[in-house]
Formats: sequence, structure tokens, C-alpha cells
Amino acid sequence: MIPELGHFALALAVAIAGAQAVLPLWGARARDARLMATAPALAIGQMLALLAAYGCLIWSAVVDDFSVANVAENSNSLKPLIYKITGTWGNHEGSILLWCLILALCGGAVALFGRTLPSSLRARVIGVLGFTSAGFLLFALTTSNPLDRVWPPPIDGRDMNPLLQDPGLAVHPPVLYAGYVGFAIPFAFAVAALLEGRVDAAWGRWVRPWTLAAWSLLTGGIALGSWWAYYELGWGGYWFWDPVENASLLPWLSGTALLHSAIVVEKREALKIWTILLAIGTFSLSLCGTFMVRSGILNSVHTFANDPARGVFILGLLALVIGGSLLLFALRAPVMSATGIFAPISREGALVLNNILLCSICAVVLTGTTYPLFAELLFGAKLSVGPPYFQATVFPLAVPLFLAMSLGPVLPWKRAELWPALLKLWWAALIAAVVGTAAYLGLRASFAAVGFAASAWLIFGSLAELVERTRLFRAPFATFRSRVAAQPLSVWGSAVAHAGMGVTVAGIAGMSLAVSTIVAVHPGETVQLGGYDWTLLALRDDQGPNYTARVADIRVTRNGDDVVTFHPSRRMFTVQKSSVTDTAIQTNGLRDLYAVLGEERDDAAVLRLHVNPLAPWIWFGALVMAAGGVLSLADRRLRVGAPARRAAGVKAGIAS
Amino acid sequence: MTRKRRRLWIVLACGLGLGSATALALAAFRDNLVFFLAPSDLASKAPMPGRSFRLGGLVEQGSVRKSTDDGHPAAKFRITDGGASVDVTFVGILPDLFREGQGVVTLGTLQTDGTFRASEVLAKHDETYMPKDVADALKKSGHWNPASGPPPPAATWNTMSPKS
Repeated sequence: MIPELGHFALALAVAIAGAQAVLPLWGARARDARLMATAPALAIGQMLALLAAYGCLIWSAVVDDFSVANVAENSNSLKPLIYKITGTWGNHEGSILLWCLILALCGGAVALFGRTLPSSLRARVIGVLGFTSAGFLLFALTTSNPLDRVWPPPIDGRDMNPLLQDPGLAVHPPVLYAGYVGFAIPFAFAVAALLEGRVDAAWGRWVRPWTLAAWSLLTGGIALGSWWAYYELGWGGYWFWDPVENASLLPWLSGTALLHSAIVVEKREALKIWTILLAIGTFSLSLCGTFMVRSGILNSVHTFANDPARGVFILGLLALVIGGSLLLFALRAPVMSATGIFAPISREGALVLNNILLCSICAVVLTGTTYPLFAELLFGAKLSVGPPYFQATVFPLAVPLFLAMSLGPVLPWKRAELWPALLKLWWAALIAAVVGTAAYLGLRASFAAVGFAASAWLIFGSLAELVERTRLFRAPFATFRSRVAAQPLSVWGSAVAHAGMGVTVAGIAGMSLAVSTIVAVHPGETVQLGGYDWTLLALRDDQGPNYTARVADIRVTRNGDDVVTFHPSRRMFTVQKSSVTDTAIQTNGLRDLYAVLGEERDDAAVLRLHVNPLAPWIWFGALVMAAGGVLSLADRRLRVGAPARRAAGVKAGIAS
Repeated sequence: MTRKRRRLWIVLACGLGLGSATALALAAFRDNLVFFLAPSDLASKAPMPGRSFRLGGLVEQGSVRKSTDDGHPAAKFRITDGGASVDVTFVGILPDLFREGQGVVTLGTLQTDGTFRASEVLAKHDETYMPKDVADALKKSGHWNPASGPPPPAATWNTMSPKS
């Protein structure tokens, strides 16, 4: 009964989304206020219907209703409750429904928080979101319905892939999807602006908070995914340049560019056409990221299912959404003209440079990710592009980006001189130079040295910008305090986000110094690695709720002092008959000790041991970046509900 | 600063960015493209020695030998696609899903003695799913028509004559 209700709610959502795609857009075109006014109600209705459908899916999984095919294939009565719930999005059908749910939540958010938008713009934004929703809901309902029944129902389910039974992966997909799908809102705003034929500072002001929110979520989602790969896959690395990882990086890169170019639209009314193109491009990359992988076109670890019917449907849908919006862009973009003028050396200039570099990085990653696909289609060659390609292309482009990242915020708008700006950053530059030189002399590793220098430049550059803005040390304390209070939150947010990037870069530089070994050791034997002595104490068996485990007890000492005793294990999952390594990690914030238990042969255990310097900084930095985004988002000036009148006032203020 | 000069600057900067990105990508492509080959391809188009490529196929039944090499775990096995097979050596942990008779993709270089030294072994697929590259290689050598069910056991592959 409950799955049927969910099925009905899903069908209802398709119908509402269809109405949402047609009525508001038609109303905006015909200037019919009544039709335009249907938009928020339809968006909220679609959101409620999908919430009900998803609730039914979770209900079916929680009560072990194995007559639902999706539950039978991916769940099991022995599975812990938390994974019964999170398991609903750990498979193709469920994840598509979650994707649609988040898109509907975005529509609902625009309906609820966008009350102050001009009614035609709001109707168009919600209409575009409804159009996208309708397409993907139809896809879910016709080709991947998670609420389909199976007859006769199996006695027990086939259980979920044990790799996915993990708290990190429980929260990773919703956060990542929220990031991906969040870019649907800037996309809808861009398409709506093209339909309206008008972009102004107020438009930039409305788009930016949504972009910021999506960007922060995507940053968090990527970091969670990378962290999960690090501790769960047990390969010792944090980023493998796998197509799926790249697919999440691409919208992040273009989304970061969008975030910055939207500032120029908002403050200076320049780069309008470019910003619209970026908004369309970012959501297109998000769509490709989610669905190229799902359609099985790109080969990857993360591919759920390969079904040609789904692939064709998805490709058609992608072509319609991306091609349609680009066609609209080609037709309507010339209508919009830029008004702001600026010199190459200026804040705008720095933001343009940021955009060029981010888009260049995006282009080389995109090329590397899709080249195997084209090579196979065009030349019939089977090949892959490995990490060395990405390292050789991304890092050289990232260095000038880091240089500009600290410089940009201290440049004034419109017209600037380079030298005074550099003077403001002299001590950050000095620290970066000292750190880089010391790292090179101490480590003899040029990659790490450049990384540490860039990291110091970013962190202290952000600090220097704040010191400059608040007149710390140069003005009386009272002035400093009042200036601290006067700084808008978005200034703090951007400084925090830039510093977070610096922390991540330090982590990446540190990880380039990681050492590892693979050894076969008998109990009682000791191995030396990275200045630590690793002793295998014993091997024993253990029992979990739905698995049995083989556990190694390893004591790590340094110069005779105990550091830690930890327990990497291998878990054999009884239902799926597959085993998963459970990595043991001990961190002190500056380095990770990392141990993986492999197979056993001749009474010896195969161990993989790593010492990973600064590894936690990678994800901590990403968290700081996301926090910077949230801080910016909390800025009152960016509040979505900020009345249009105030936006107009600020615009007038800039113009005068 | 006139609008024309500004536009010129932006175009120049874009050109520089895109140009350097293209140059970097092309240079990196020249050195870092990793080709996929099946054992039967090695005779006809073996890559230069020292150049790494991916070798994929089925792990031949009964060919896996595990040993310990200077305290490091090592493994030897044969990869077959029905037409030919190649000896592979590997030092490291074999993945959980590595099984005799199942699909595997390895990354490494061909040694002068004709063996393949793998630096990575990937078998990250479940029992019913086969890596796409491997499936294609098997279909090409005429040993498996996916429409007629799961692939035949690998032990029989070398004894079957290729159909084409």
C-alpha cells in the first residue's frame, strides 16, 4: 500500500512539474498575472509530492518490504537501520529520485524565499526549474522507478554493497547532489534573464546567494567523497582523477568562476553575458557529472547500472536542456550589453583573470576526462588518461591562480596600480618566500616547496587583506574595532574561503611527501617506515552485526615511545559474500598513520602501511572553504529576501 | 582606457589562458595517454618498452601463484582473452574482487622477457559485471556473445578456437 502511495505521489509530481513548466512561462509571456501567480503554488506542490514519494521509499526500506524491487536488491533485514535509510540513495533508482527531490526543494526554496523577486522573473525561474524537473521525473518514473514491485517477493534482500555501508557515504550523496542540483537555480535565473532580455545588478544580487549555497554544498560534498575514498577504499590516496571525481570537480571549477563573475555583475554591471554563459555551463557540467556516469558512457568505479534505454533517454534529456539553453543564449545574448568599464589592473581585471584560469583548468580536466570517449568513438582506440596527465596540466595553471587569489582582494575596483597593492602584501610574500625556500632546502622536493609557498601566500595574503581593511597596528584600537564591525560578512567569508584553499594546498603538498610500503609480516615482527616502528602483535577474528572480521593488532612506536595501537581489519559480509578492508587511521593533525590489512599467506599478514603528512588538512581546508561560503551567505546584503528597492538604491549609489 | 582597448586586453588574456591550457594539454597527452590492450593485441601492436599501458582480460584458471619477495607480497598470474595469454608479475595487495576466471585490468609495462610487470591491478567489479574493456576484447576474439548468457569459465578459453 505504502509503495503504491509513493508511486502515485511520484506520478502526481510529474503532472505538477509539467504544469509548472508550462503555466508560469506562458503567463510571463502573455503578461497574465493569474497564470504567473500559479508558479509558487505549483513549485511547493511538486516539492510536497516528491517528499511524500521519497518518504514512502524510506518507509519501505525501513520496514523491510522486499516486495519493492529496489529494497529487495539493495537492502537486507540484518542491515543496521541507519543504512536502511541511507541505502535508499545508494543505488541508481533511489539516487535519481533523490536528485529530483532536491531539484524540487530548490523550486520550493525559490517559491518561499523569492517573494520579493519581480513576478515575471520569479514565474520564469520557477517555470524553467519545472521544465527541468518534469524531464528528470519522467526519466525516473519510466525507466528507473524505485517503487516498482517485484513478484514473488524474496524472503530476504540482497543487501547493499558493503563499501557503501559507511557513515561517510551515508551523508556524501545528499550533500554532493544538493551542490550539483543547487546550480539549477543560477541556471534557471540565467535562462529567465535571457527570456526577459535583461540583466542588471539586482539580477547579480539574486543569483549570488544561490550560487554561494550550491558552491558551499558542492565543496563539502567533494571533500566528503574524497575523505571517504581515503579511509574506506584503503588505497592511501585522496584523489584518483577518476571520471566520477572529475565530474564533480568540473562544476566546482566553473561554479567557482561563476561565483566570482557574479560579483562583477552585481558591483559593476560588467561581464553579464559571460556570467549567464557560466551559469548555463556550470549546470550543464553538473548534469553531465551526474548522468554521464549513470548512463555508463564513462567507465568508472561508481557506475551503478548500465542500461542502454536509460542512456539514450538521459542523453536526449541532456541534449534538450543543455542544447536548448545554449541555443537560447545564442539567440538572446546579443540583446544584453555591458555597461561597466574597467582597466586591466583592477579588481574586475583580477576577477577576469580568475575566470580565465579557472575555465582553463576546467577545460583541461574536461578534455582529459572525455578524451577516451572520443578516442574510442572517432579512432576506435581504447585508451585512458591517467593521473600524470592531470597533474601535468592542472598544477601549472593553478600556480598563477593562487598568485592572483591573494592579489585580487586588495586591488580597488575600476582602476588600480599594481605596486601599492603588492606593498600591502609584502609580509605575506616574505613569509611565502621563506616557507618555500625552507621547504626546498629541508625536503629537496620542488613540488612540495611550491605547494607550501602557495599555501603560505594564500593564508597570509587573506590575513594581510583583513589587516589592511581593519587598519590593525596602524590605527588606534577603537578605530580597529569599529572597522572590524563595519566589514561586511562577505569580506570575512571570502578571506576565510581563500585561506581554506591555502590549507587544502598545504595538505596536498604534504601528501606529496607521503611514504608507504607493502609488506608480509608474521605476528611479532616489526617493520620500519617513516621513522616509526610498526609491530604486528596478533591476528584475530571478530564478529559484527552483518559481517565477520579478521583483525590485525598493530602497535606503532617512535624511538621506543608508544604512539598508538590500532586495528585494521577485513570484513566479510555474509549476504553479499564480499569482503571490505577497514582501514586503521591515527591522526595527530599533522600526519596520519594509515594501515590496511590485506590477505594472509603462510601465517603472515599482508599489510600496507602509509605515513601521510598533513593529510587531514586537505579536507579541513575544504571545510573551511565551505564555511567561508556560508559566512558570505549570512551577509545581510546578500539575503535573498532583501527588498528589490534596496538593491535598486545600492545600484544608484554605485552609478553616482 | 577605451572600450576597444579593454576588449583587446580581455581577448589577449583569454588567448593566453586558452593557449597555455592547450599547450599543456597537448604536451601531457603526448606522454601520458594510456592505451588498453588485450593479450592478443600484443603481438601486432606492442607498445614501446618502458611505456605503460593497460592490459586486460580474464585471470586464467589455476594460474595464480602467490609468493613473498624480500618481505613484500608478490603474485604471478596469466591474463587471457582466449586468443593469447600473458604472464603478469605484481608486487602488492591484490584487490578483494580479484578471482581466477574473472575480469581484471592491470596497469604496467612490458618487460624484455615478454612478461608484464603490473604496478596496479584493478578488479573493482562484482561477480555479474565485467569491465567494459575486457568484455569488448572477449567479444572481439569470438569467445563470448553476451546475449547467450554469462561468459564461459576461463579454464576453457585457451582450448576454444576463435570463431573469426
